Amino acid sequence: MIRDITIGQYYPAKSILHSLDPRVKLVGTFLYIISLFIVKHYTAYVLVTIFLLSAITLSKVPLKFIVKGLKQILILLIFTVGFNLFLTKGDPVVEFGFLTITDQGIITALKMGFRLIFLIIGSSLMTYTTTPNQLTDGLENLLAPLNKIKIPVHEIAMMMSIALRFIPILVEETDKIMKAQMARGADFESGNIIQRAKSLIPILVPLFVSAFRRANDLAMAMEARCYRGGKGRTKMKPLKYDKRDMITYFVMITFFILIISTRILF
Amino acid sequence: MDIIKTDNLVFEYVTTNEEGDVTDVNRALNNLNIDVQKGDFVAILGHNGSGKSTLAKALNAILLPTKGSVIIKGMDTRVEDNLWDIRQTAGMVFQNPDNQIIGTVVEEDVGFGPENLGVPTDEIWTRVEKSLKDVNMLDYRTSSPNKLSGGQKQRIAIAGIMAMQPECIILDEPTAMLDPNGRKEVIQTVHEINKTANVTVLLITHYMDEVIDADKVIVMYQGEIVMQGNPREIFSRVDELKSYRLDVPQVTELAYELKKAGLDLPDAVLTIDEFTDAMSKYLKG
Repeated sequence: MIRDITIGQYYPAKSILHSLDPRVKLVGTFLYIISLFIVKHYTAYVLVTIFLLSAITLSKVPLKFIVKGLKQILILLIFTVGFNLFLTKGDPVVEFGFLTITDQGIITALKMGFRLIFLIIGSSLMTYTTTPNQLTDGLENLLAPLNKIKIPVHEIAMMMSIALRFIPILVEETDKIMKAQMARGADFESGNIIQRAKSLIPILVPLFVSAFRRANDLAMAMEARCYRGGKGRTKMKPLKYDKRDMITYFVMITFFILIISTRILF
Repeated sequence: MDIIKTDNLVFEYVTTNEEGDVTDVNRALNNLNIDVQKGDFVAILGHNGSGKSTLAKALNAILLPTKGSVIIKGMDTRVEDNLWDIRQTAGMVFQNPDNQIIGTVVEEDVGFGPENLGVPTDEIWTRVEKSLKDVNMLDYRTSSPNKLSGGQKQRIAIAGIMAMQPECIILDEPTAMLDPNGRKEVIQTVHEINKTANVTVLLITHYMDEVIDADKVIVMYQGEIVMQGNPREIFSRVDELKSYRLDVPQVTELAYELKKAGLDLPDAVLTIDEFTDAMSKYLKG
């Protein structure tokens, strides 16, 4: 089950979204996230849905794969929707004892739920279509001005890309350790929350040990391949804006303006 | 010309306590003298703890000698200015295939080395393509390394080093974590690049059957060189090898035992074909 984590993974395919400049995707995702905080009216929700669906179609990432990624935020989603459903003040619709569902509650719960789903799908769509290396390149490029105030932009970007690369490996490892501990009689399923959390310790300790060992190995392998920070490094895939990147910028800005206008108009 | 030369190389792992006092000194390498000629395929054999991995790290300037020296193509590893040139000249492939792949796409990983060296973009692409072709992995250039088998990952790691155009590749137990098929793939690839690209190979391993085709075999035991010679010379000394806790290939051992029992067989039989030939000759005559 733990292998199902798809957030942050790259989904190899040949699509327009895959071939876009990572800077466009980063800026685009940023605008998209901001616009999610602006949406209020139904029209805006419809707009975002249409936008997201067309982006998914363009990305050629199967919908099943994306929905699978949502599974992990299920608990968060249930909590958010639950709290909004029961704790919003308004005209009561249904009452069970001390719990009341109000019409306002239903609306906010739905809105919050959708907002969260949009947020996760939108941002993971970026990582599905962008290799971590491209992502790093994009970030490094966009944040380059911060170098002037002595922020090690290249190093931070490199750290991020390595972290992303090791997510699936560590997930697999967690799975392996869990099975190994289960074979020795460890029980992760029963007991109350505190007991369950305690039963995770025999997983976390070996996981940390192995992560440090991997980090050490990787550092050595990088040094052996002459890695010495960002200075004097060339790029295999240098970033160059294309016509389609400009069009995408235009589309993103239009989308952003549309969302803002729904807030003003309605 | 010697591409790798060590002169009375000594390396000690020093353990210190919190006050900085030395509590334990472990001599991993003891007065090693190794010469490797350009274009050679040299295998270093040794049981666990024989110092062979320490040697690999010393050759790549990851570890610096306690005493003595390591000279790679005329460059001393103790001189800091030589560091990057040494690492480019003598590329290194490690044991764990997962922990040495940096890129999330095969071609990006192969391009990592040339990027670090500051190679122009166009040339990076030609180099990546060529190295992937050399290891027969061109079809997988856009795959994710996580989806490859261990042997394939290790071949990608080799391609990553080849893209830096080294003169010498040091492989530190590249097959230790692979299944028999993966091992065969990797060893075959290493032999191919040795021949076609004329790259000097230093293969460190504890599998005897991998060194049969090497030009020269060096056997290490407890930080010292105990045997040196071509595979045939080494494999004819079965008892000696066993005393260094190495396992001789089954067919070699069988021939050796038969010979000891009085059969007239040649000294070192390395492959099954050789054995059947020798055996049929013996039975006929």
